[in-house]
Amino acid sequence: MKQILSALEESFGDRATVSESLGQTVVQLPAAEIVSVVTFLKSQGFNMLIDISAVDRLGREPRFDVVYHLYHLELKDWLRLKVQVGGDAPSVPSIAHVFASANWAERECYDMFGIRFRGHPDLKRILMPEDWKGHPLRKDYPLTGLDPLPPLVHE
Amino acid sequence: MSKGGIGMAEPETTFGQVDPETGLKPMVINLGPQHPATHGVLRVRVALDGEQVRACEPIIGYLHTGIEKNFEDLTFNQAITLTDRMDYLSPITNNFGYVLGVEKLLGVEVPKRCQYIRVMFAELSRIASHLVWLGTSAMDMGAMSPFFYTMQQREQILDLIEMSAGTRMNPSYFRVGGLLNDLPPGFAEKLHAFLDGFPHWLHEYYALLDRNPIWVERLKGTAPITKEQALDYGWTGPLLRACGVDRDLRKTNPYSSYEEFEFDVPTETAGDVYARYHVRMREMQESLKIVRQAIDNLPEGDWHVPGWKVYPPNKAEIGRNMEALIYHFKLFTEGIRVPAGEVYSAVEGPKGEIGYFIVSDGSGKPYRVRVRGPSFYNVQALPVLVQDKILADVVAAIGSIDIVLGEVDR
Repeated sequence: MKQILSALEESFGDRATVSESLGQTVVQLPAAEIVSVVTFLKSQGFNMLIDISAVDRLGREPRFDVVYHLYHLELKDWLRLKVQVGGDAPSVPSIAHVFASANWAERECYDMFGIRFRGHPDLKRILMPEDWKGHPLRKDYPLTGLDPLPPLVHE
Repeated sequence: MSKGGIGMAEPETTFGQVDPETGLKPMVINLGPQHPATHGVLRVRVALDGEQVRACEPIIGYLHTGIEKNFEDLTFNQAITLTDRMDYLSPITNNFGYVLGVEKLLGVEVPKRCQYIRVMFAELSRIASHLVWLGTSAMDMGAMSPFFYTMQQREQILDLIEMSAGTRMNPSYFRVGGLLNDLPPGFAEKLHAFLDGFPHWLHEYYALLDRNPIWVERLKGTAPITKEQALDYGWTGPLLRACGVDRDLRKTNPYSSYEEFEFDVPTETAGDVYARYHVRMREMQESLKIVRQAIDNLPEGDWHVPGWKVYPPNKAEIGRNMEALIYHFKLFTEGIRVPAGEVYSAVEGPKGEIGYFIVSDGSGKPYRVRVRGPSFYNVQALPVLVQDKILADVVAAIGSIDIVLGEVDR
């Protein structure tokens, strides 16, 4: 793990910062580097993309953390990549052409947070209906939904 | 996915497009969302050329209940009830990953007895989940009778869960820092009765299916996938092990004292439906071994963390001790104060890696919980499994993936 991380720091310089959180390795990087870093890590044996998710840090700018989890089969360990995105139309380059599992994960992230993945082959809603308004997992999206509940009709 | 992807059909271009060779338009039909063979509310859109599948697209979301959103409105202990309702065939392994994650954030470790009981129940629910899979996927293939036998044995496991947790289906038995309660009296005898009886039934399932030429011929070589494709699609659990990768988090990243148990990780190399069937069947035997070790070597002592900061004081103590009453009140109104931080915690569920990415901001409620449901990633590879195969193989493939839509859609 150490070797891979130092190689990563060597080729990406101060653009990728490695830290540790509760014994888990975290790499923080700018959105523009995600494809090259993931491709590099895949070539180093991180051959499973476990998950892509996001965290909405409302009130902070950039507002979103996009979180990637990779797994190394030989080292038997996970690696967390974090990318900060913000602005009115947050977007990250897609890694669906690097890992097939990213396809649906990115679609879910888009559906729930409204983060666009540039270059995704078919970026559309996955869990919510296609005509849904808003992105439910954003912190400014109320738990009861944007529209008021329809009135109960008594016969 | 057409560029650079491995063999996945591009839905938008293939559906309804005229085949240049034959000049015919494929027939597009929907399997589900109300089709019994899709195990829940999965909708599969397939473009057919006769019986052959030209393109296939699983469409999910029909069972979306906003579980990840609801997490943010409940305290850490209340949220355990949500984890039950994702993979409802094996709720206990769902509890497991979540409570381990919260405990990691809190920096506490539960006593050995609790760890062993947790392992025991996780393995029991793995057997229960595999039994449902075996019964339903055999029924998909037209074999009705195994379903009755598997449900009968699953019922015994549910009885054991009911005995300790009070409910059969959504037990929420694991709590942050411990369990709901210790094992009830008479549990060990009842568990031993199950353990002694189950090998006979496992043999019976083999006898019903494995010596049945229809079953074997139907499954062998059906819906295959290569090791590289499986890894690319993020497959985990028995599905990945059926492709020859011996990744099992219980061995590779042991948690909750799994390193103290002796068991094998069954693998197969064929990567077809038959291999998946064999991996799961042998996994049930291994789980049986683990449960036996856990109950025989069950350590004495506490079954929850000491102190009242994480695990609430018991009722008798509340009547006597003012301090206990205050802690009890605080824990149930405000929830456990979990230090700010983030953690990824994963366990080996019956269907694969169940991962929880938990972010805490120091309050009593989680700031964000992301659930990595194994079925979500497993079902994504369905188009690869059935590309250019016959329509009946789609049903076999869905059965072999063993999806639970509650977990796919969350």
